Amino acid sequence: GAGGGNDIQWCFSQVKGAVDDDVAEADIISTVEFNHSGELLATGDKGGRVVIFQQEQENKTQSHSRGEYNVYSTFQSHEPEFDYLKSLEIEEKINKIRWLPQKNAAQFLLSTNDKTIKLWKISERDKRPEGYNLKEEDGRYRDPTTVTTLRVPVFRPMDLMVEASPRRIFANAHTYHINSISINSDYETYLSADDLRINLWHLEITDRSFNIVDIKPANMEELTEVITAAEFHPNSCSTFVYSSSKGTIRLCDMRASALCDRHSKLFEEPEDPSNRSFFSEIISSISDVKFSHSGRYMMTRDYLSVKIWDLNMENRPVETYQVHEYLRSKLCSLYENDCIFDKFECCWNGSDRQVQFLIVMTGSYNNFFRMFDRNSKRDVTLEASRENNKPRTVLKPRKVCASGKRKKDEISVDSLDFNKKILHTAWHPKENIIAVATTNNLYIFQDKMN
Amino acid sequence: MAAPLGTSAFTEETGQEKQDTQEKDKAIPPERAEEAKLKAKYPNLGQKPGGSDFLMKRLQKGQKYFDSGDYNMAKAKMKNKQLPSAGPDKNLVTGDHIPTPQDLPQRKSSLVTSKLAG
Repeated sequence: GAGGGNDIQWCFSQVKGAVDDDVAEADIISTVEFNHSGELLATGDKGGRVVIFQQEQENKTQSHSRGEYNVYSTFQSHEPEFDYLKSLEIEEKINKIRWLPQKNAAQFLLSTNDKTIKLWKISERDKRPEGYNLKEEDGRYRDPTTVTTLRVPVFRPMDLMVEASPRRIFANAHTYHINSISINSDYETYLSADDLRINLWHLEITDRSFNIVDIKPANMEELTEVITAAEFHPNSCSTFVYSSSKGTIRLCDMRASALCDRHSKLFEEPEDPSNRSFFSEIISSISDVKFSHSGRYMMTRDYLSVKIWDLNMENRPVETYQVHEYLRSKLCSLYENDCIFDKFECCWNGSDRQVQFLIVMTGSYNNFFRMFDRNSKRDVTLEASRENNKPRTVLKPRKVCASGKRKKDEISVDSLDFNKKILHTAWHPKENIIAVATTNNLYIFQDKMN
Repeated sequence: MAAPLGTSAFTEETGQEKQDTQEKDKAIPPERAEEAKLKAKYPNLGQKPGGSDFLMKRLQKGQKYFDSGDYNMAKAKMKNKQLPSAGPDKNLVTGDHIPTPQDLPQRKSSLVTSKLAG
């Protein structure tokens, strides 16, 4: 539409995954990511598996909806390992997937677990050679003495086969658990970050990695903060940011020195000391950081809010959005059940828009997810639920009642299901299509067309 | 029309705390009340909130002190859970058998295709 994006009407499109409530741990979705064109949508799970969906080509007769996403490829990316030296189990859970921009017919993505990053090539095969002289069709070798005439093998079409193969394994560079990977705008290098260190890799080189940030103190007793997320700037190939468990973000420039321990900028919102409590630091821990597509802004997610920062202003965010402020008076029980440590991600709307509107999206509990429109300053709460799964029916906004009289259609805070968390969401880079992951299901919503 | 309901969640950068204190100038802020609740339940909770104990715990996620007996028992249980269709494990260590590295059951990755692809 011509106006701002503040009146997007979201409709259910698809849901993937099992219906039953008994969720196997391996099926817990741990990451969701569209590729650069939006044609492919990848998910990773706790079982180390990657599933890639492909959007079907738009059907000109079906003008009421955009293409559906169907399974394109699925493979086992990581397997469980045991580090015998340290008596450490290495989980196969996929922490992050990041797509490379497409350079040729094949698609490439990076997937990582706690310790190892892998570069996967996903390629299509739709023809195969037939008519060899020395081999039968079933592969058995023919006796050369029986060959009386020669023929030229030809390629014949076959059913489309999508193959995934690991092209690079980037291992043994992280003592602590990898939380982020980010591909540089030079498309040649990428960074990987764990709790205490950030490493720079070249996509072609697996036996070497440069350490660019190291915040490990000489004495571990003095440890006060850890790295929680890191990302390269979308346009400036020497700039990256990393966030911490204390709610700070540091911007570093790799041209300044080989080891970027001294930040170029430090983003931190001053805290009101009179409001400080036991929980303050825990809920200020940043679980995700994302640059805007222009690179002018960045967004951070902490336990209760989403903050937008202008890279030119370090002393406070330009905007703060409350995701679920009603949880502030439940922090005691959220600490006891560990929910206070849940790591929510956040994302921007797609970049390829004519109209200058900006929306941010993030998840919450009870399978709710939230959207904030930066232009209109309006927000909405929606629910990912199979009860809403009539295509083209607009999702009904939800409202949580914090206290006092609960109105009809509102949900009271105490009725929220804290096991139903939406930690991972993704927005199609060009269209108003979003992917929302509940514990073990993937929902796809589209805006209502016509 | 999906008109967003409710009050705007947008706040100026002067801080979300201001909303709270405006409403309850004399009352305890909700975070402090929750803190009091927690301290009442766990009086021995460390004085330094989110300090190095908490971070150390985070860094050591997955750490196990190796005990071959415990290790085998745990793996056997886990293996049965992950592969419900598998028969009794022939390599299960029982009785007086002293475990060797070869006996330690390798954790098998999930052999089942993701249900997202089903």
